[in-house]
Amino acid sequence: MNFAFSDEQQALRDQARKFLSDRAAPARVRRILESDEPFDRELWRGMGELAWTGTAIPESYGGAGFGYLELCVLAEELGRSLAPTPFSSSVYLATEALLLAGSAAQKRRWLPGLALGETIGCFALAEGPRAPHPGNLETVAHGGRLTGAKLPVADGDVADVAVVAARSDVDATAASLYLVPLDGAGVTRARVDTVDPTRSHARLAFDGAAAEPLGEPGAGWALVERLLDRAAVLFAFEQVGGAQAALDMARDYALGRFAFGRPIGSFQAIKHKLADVYVALELARSNAYYGAWALSTDAPALPVAAATARVAASEAFYLAAKENIQTHGGMGFTWEFDCHMYYRRAKLLALTIGSTPRWKDRLIARLELGEAQPKASRAET
Amino acid sequence: MDFTDSPSEATFRADARAWLERTAERRAYPGETWKARYGEAEGLTRAKAFQAQKHAAGFAAITWATEYGGRGGTAIQQVIYNQEEARFLVPRGYFEIGLGMCIPTLHAYATEAQKQRYTPKALAGEEIWCQLFSEPAAGSDLAGLRTRSVKDGSDWLINGQKIWTSGAHFADYGIIVTRSDPKAPKHKGLTFFFLDMHAPGVEVRRIKQVSGASNFNEVYFTDVRVPDTQRLGAVGQGWGVSITTLMNERLAVGDVAGPDFDEIFALARAVELPDGPAIKNAAVRERLADWYVRQQGLRYTRFRTMTALSRGETPGPEASIAKVVSASKLQEIAGFAMDLEDMGGAVLDPALAPMRAAFQEALLYSPGGRIAGGTDEILRNIIAERVLGLPPDVRVDKDLPFDELPSGSAAPGPSARKR
Repeated sequence: MNFAFSDEQQALRDQARKFLSDRAAPARVRRILESDEPFDRELWRGMGELAWTGTAIPESYGGAGFGYLELCVLAEELGRSLAPTPFSSSVYLATEALLLAGSAAQKRRWLPGLALGETIGCFALAEGPRAPHPGNLETVAHGGRLTGAKLPVADGDVADVAVVAARSDVDATAASLYLVPLDGAGVTRARVDTVDPTRSHARLAFDGAAAEPLGEPGAGWALVERLLDRAAVLFAFEQVGGAQAALDMARDYALGRFAFGRPIGSFQAIKHKLADVYVALELARSNAYYGAWALSTDAPALPVAAATARVAASEAFYLAAKENIQTHGGMGFTWEFDCHMYYRRAKLLALTIGSTPRWKDRLIARLELGEAQPKASRAET
Repeated sequence: MDFTDSPSEATFRADARAWLERTAERRAYPGETWKARYGEAEGLTRAKAFQAQKHAAGFAAITWATEYGGRGGTAIQQVIYNQEEARFLVPRGYFEIGLGMCIPTLHAYATEAQKQRYTPKALAGEEIWCQLFSEPAAGSDLAGLRTRSVKDGSDWLINGQKIWTSGAHFADYGIIVTRSDPKAPKHKGLTFFFLDMHAPGVEVRRIKQVSGASNFNEVYFTDVRVPDTQRLGAVGQGWGVSITTLMNERLAVGDVAGPDFDEIFALARAVELPDGPAIKNAAVRERLADWYVRQQGLRYTRFRTMTALSRGETPGPEASIAKVVSASKLQEIAGFAMDLEDMGGAVLDPALAPMRAAFQEALLYSPGGRIAGGTDEILRNIIAERVLGLPPDVRVDKDLPFDELPSGSAAPGPSARKR
């Protein structure tokens, strides 16, 4: 039994934490929050130089050729720091879509740039305030041209290429994935405000934009699900990192803030609140670890493991972020304190690849299919 | 990350499994317990016989030193044995307290001769131990205990009452913490002993629980004579000894057993609601997902603990997570399952209720899981203080002489005693 990251992976974590505490400190994140800059370009360049963007890309396509455990380690640290970059869109989604379904030519064209961070990718699935599914997609591809609109698309305003889910002219009842370069004719992008200004989003409108199929036409939804499962594990690590940072912040404040002649952390009302956050966080961390194992070994358990990790991590980060504000009292509700940056990110991440209720539904659907884990023995320890 | 056993772990697992196949029986149905199959008297006799075989095979105390009858093995071997044993119908609730808490306390404070005298018999199931800590007025606030010990020559005389004592009705020995100096502040006037549960003046009364079962007891002490040689730790230092015992308890307490996700999932697939199968109902699915996520989170947290153990690290108070999560989960699942059964959910008869009334029984015993071995509230304090490093609560009673503390007597008593 070895359910831990290796010494080399821990060294990568130490390096990442040091780099991010320097280059993505809260004051730097706040600079993006308070400016029109869509993301921290200097930080992004630094991450490219460290080859983080190419972590899971094979060396033959210009990547570092590491595995997904390394990517999980980086995701946790990025989540902890709230790093305002397009890393998740470009690495967990666009790069993964290409690795899963891209032709050799598509991989050769896009992966080397994505590996260096010189190319930014994004993933366009949502079409407004409803859960997307094959039956309600309004974006349509016809003869290599895409028409429709996607909202919101994380990093859609800064990306070079989008992976777009649409209905195809081959089979209008099924979804397909398309690769759409965003610098061509027929693409209009408009930045949209979201609850988290440290992560930029756009509305992408397509009016006959050139699109080439990614994977088999009509087989797109199964691909979307596979892609979301893989991304769910990586996002779960971001969420665990963010939850840990929010809990640490609440703990530090509870130790230093005095009321009624004593630290507020000595009151059971605060202790029990933060203990509950710790419990939720540790369960989420353990579920994320299992997801990491399933992702890194491409285990048959991945769909169940990913949904489990996603649900636990979305709930833990949101709990940690909202109770961090509550622990801070009125100060937590001010712009000047950083609490709201975690709160915004927590809710954003809990929506970005699908809401918690939807992932719970998917989890149960997969368990109904018998994709369950071997039964846990209740007396293991 | 790797979930497979090392070669030596695999060999140990195979040995343990082979021994269990030869020695133990399988459950006749999921959740069958030793006591349900054999009843009280035969259950005790058979439990002692099984424990003797387990000890002879070297599985009774895997991590203990060989000089005291242990195997001299590793913590990970203990975990592997527990995993294998969980597949079988084995005695539960007879030896855990003695081997998990009492004997380890003896090993920290008793003489070498005493360790040699008591350890092998406890391991072999010949002598059963109980833990006499809680009192009617001292539960979470254990240091508020009032059972008195007074020095009398080379002996001590003990008077008072303990409560919630698991297994006192079949125990041969007990460890007890008493108040030897009521003039000292509460944590400083305590003294710790072990004693013979068959001594004159010890009276055990069973407690009937909400579930109707009687696992706990009240124990009354009337001029019970205990030799000073059975004192553990110095006079007035009983609190420190108690902490040793309780630290072992935290390690011994794990998940609360009972129907879990698989059982409620099976029920939801079987039950029809007015708009179709319960499993297709969105509200039902959302609750099921919550429990699955918590169940798996605990399972993989155990994997992390095992990894720490296999590296020779000591798991910390994060082990408190298991009980605080699983006890509430059990109570929620039991109540929700009965809601799924609707009006029929009230039926407790195992011949009439689904799954032999496992959910109904769980509803009635699950409150105990949130209290025994540290209440939900105390466990949250422990997590907050020992893991997160938050300061202890302000104690208004810390420096006052114990006999000057306000004691209160306003809590209503049980109606059963007013008839």
